[in-house]
Amino acid sequence: MADIATTYNEDVLIKELGYDDHFHDHHHGDKYQSSFISHYIFSMDHKIIARQFLITGIIWAIIGAAMSIVFRLQLGFPEESLTWLKPVLGKWIVVDVNGIGTLAPEFYYALVTMHGTILVFFVLTAGLSGTFSNLLIPLQLGARDMASPFLNMLSYWFFFMAGIVMFYSLFLSTGPFSGGWTAYPPLSALPQASTGSGTGMTLWLVSLTLFVVSVLLGGINYITTVLNLRTKGMSLWRMPLTIWAFFVTAVIGVLSFPVLASGFFMLMMDRGLGTSFFLSEIFIEGQALDRVGGSPVLYQHLFWFLGHPEVYIIILPAMGIVSEVLAVHARKPIFGYRAMVYSILAIAFLSFIVWAHHMFMSGVNPFISNFFVIFTLIIAVPSAVKVFNWITTLFGGNIRLNTPMLFAIGFVSMFISGGLTGVFLGNSTIDIQMHDTYFVVAHFHIVMGVAAFFGMFAGIYHWYPKMYGRFMNETLGKIHFWGTMIGAYAIFWPMHYIGMAGVPRRYYSFDSFDAFKHFADMNKFITIAAIIVFAVQLLFVINFFYSIWNGKKMKVKNPWQATTLEWTTPIEPIHGNWPGKIPSVHRWAYDYNKDEREFVPQYVPLEEGEVGDH
Amino acid sequence: MSTVTMENEKRKGINPQKFALWLSMGSIIMMFTGWTSAYIVKHAAGNWLEFGLPNMFYISTGVIVLSSIALHTSYISYKKQWEKMYKGMLVLTFVLGIVFIVTQTQGWYELFAMGVDFKANVAGSFTYLITWAHAVHVLGGIATLIVAMIHAFSLKFRYREERKNRFELVLQYWHFVGVLWIYLLFFILNIR
Repeated sequence: MADIATTYNEDVLIKELGYDDHFHDHHHGDKYQSSFISHYIFSMDHKIIARQFLITGIIWAIIGAAMSIVFRLQLGFPEESLTWLKPVLGKWIVVDVNGIGTLAPEFYYALVTMHGTILVFFVLTAGLSGTFSNLLIPLQLGARDMASPFLNMLSYWFFFMAGIVMFYSLFLSTGPFSGGWTAYPPLSALPQASTGSGTGMTLWLVSLTLFVVSVLLGGINYITTVLNLRTKGMSLWRMPLTIWAFFVTAVIGVLSFPVLASGFFMLMMDRGLGTSFFLSEIFIEGQALDRVGGSPVLYQHLFWFLGHPEVYIIILPAMGIVSEVLAVHARKPIFGYRAMVYSILAIAFLSFIVWAHHMFMSGVNPFISNFFVIFTLIIAVPSAVKVFNWITTLFGGNIRLNTPMLFAIGFVSMFISGGLTGVFLGNSTIDIQMHDTYFVVAHFHIVMGVAAFFGMFAGIYHWYPKMYGRFMNETLGKIHFWGTMIGAYAIFWPMHYIGMAGVPRRYYSFDSFDAFKHFADMNKFITIAAIIVFAVQLLFVINFFYSIWNGKKMKVKNPWQATTLEWTTPIEPIHGNWPGKIPSVHRWAYDYNKDEREFVPQYVPLEEGEVGDH
Repeated sequence: MSTVTMENEKRKGINPQKFALWLSMGSIIMMFTGWTSAYIVKHAAGNWLEFGLPNMFYISTGVIVLSSIALHTSYISYKKQWEKMYKGMLVLTFVLGIVFIVTQTQGWYELFAMGVDFKANVAGSFTYLITWAHAVHVLGGIATLIVAMIHAFSLKFRYREERKNRFELVLQYWHFVGVLWIYLLFFILNIR
């Protein structure tokens, strides 16, 4: 294998073979960057919007993670005084006569709810697919920008507004919504059901409705761009796996989020207009409500019809990023490219017909459960194909163990560990014991929480030079990786054990349950691990922001020697991405170590007698 | 390395805006699928109030069909460059769109007068929800008609490919909400 650096003169190749769309003839480049506001704030440039999504996502991730630390303190150290948190949390820390501060139970539930909502929607949906779809779709496809830069800008600002509304709800005197991130009725449908069910829930609904609009605007744009704005020669089967993943993610989003919206509108009518879609006969404080005939299970169906595809909306972009990062840093073509694409499509299709596996214990017909069990278990097949292909891509590769690569490998590890417990939970019979225990918490945190974060980190470290023209610090990156890798397992492995023993999730305290008392030490251990992992993430945040201005400068256009088109754009990003013509594409994205050449970028034409593609 | 000069011909494809519109229609269909599926499930669960729809809803159906025909006539006139017909039919569509909203509102009043309110039985709740949600989408269509009228009366009349494409966006969306209404009407009539 060649250690010799292979170089290509992309400027000459693009000039000779590129596709001229007369983009720069119109001279909107100069006018475009005229002011600070239109350049950095109300920007319509996909690269700026990507960074807006990323930084907003990072801010939300810090808030969401800090919340988890607070409720982990309650779970791990229920006896300790939390008075020191009073300056931050105010009246939610109740201080007794002895000066011992305890977390108010209703606020504990609010924290758990907000942690879930923020992480699932704001961080892992908007922060992950919003960032990388925006950054990479035009760059890797050879497009000047998104199909509609204006809708793209709106997509970000709807997300931003959703964030503002949710953030505002944190400061309500009755607290934010506290009925769990799934917002099941009746807690979500009756304003008088709990403290957070009033204004807190109203704002939650407003916020997430705005969020749905953001996802739809973004998704419609991504799909249109992928199908209509590919450069010359970029056939669907030459697209990098990142683009395939973002594309399919957007399709899932556009089909499933509207159904969530329909559920939300029904919920709003139940809350505001007195309908009974989701409310059956209920007594509150001895008073019978006049609501009859509704069914909370109906909401669960509508919610999980989004909710299940949502986990693939989270994990597919991470999978795409990991496929790309693994191939680039193992200097090998991705193993089984077509199988990878077909498994993405299979996962997307199956994601729509498995939603009721979240509802095995909700009183759905057990015979109908069989159907959902079978399709749920079938998801293991495309998932296993993907895992197999990642491992075989690594096998015999010329591996560079840098930070993005470490996170990509870490993703594979997390996805295997978390995926295996999914096979347990997918069985409706085992679910009788496991449902609503910490086993479930451990499963979904590893497979779609930590794994998706690993994919995101791999992407951030890998494309950081593309975003900011500088590198992040490698040493800090490696400390970040090992701390997160070991720490995440330290948090979630013990939870499997606690869950198998039947400890229920979402409980404020286990004081009154003798059966669960002997898990106190384990809960302490989990909390300490969580605090360490949180501290390590702060290291990442420092590294991220420090490197924007002070990181090692990117000196060459293609520092990773990758084949894809984003590395042919100038180091200093410009509007329209390429200064002259757009490169045309002559081969697939994974020509690494081909015919004695270390790597062959996509814009290099086939040589005489060379067999193209795969 | 062989350097083959490639022709810089413009790639042919679907108009991205039209494609984005179709995707939005797909999204809207999914939202109504959510409601109609919930409707079917609740209907099957029993405790379902049976009622006939007021005649006003049939009148509004006629109105929206006429409006679609009017808009299509306007579109054809634009292509054939019959200026007066184009502008007149566009205004007629707008008026019929408003009439549709008015007749729908009248229909809701009549439904309410029949004793079907949106609270007592879930059958009523669904009927109001689905028809309201549809009316909101028609209002969106009326907004685009207003934009189309502003273009029609403020820009100098002449045939341009770009304007035709823009008109087609309005046309397709308007047909879409019309067809959606006819589907929803048949749906409500058949499952009750």
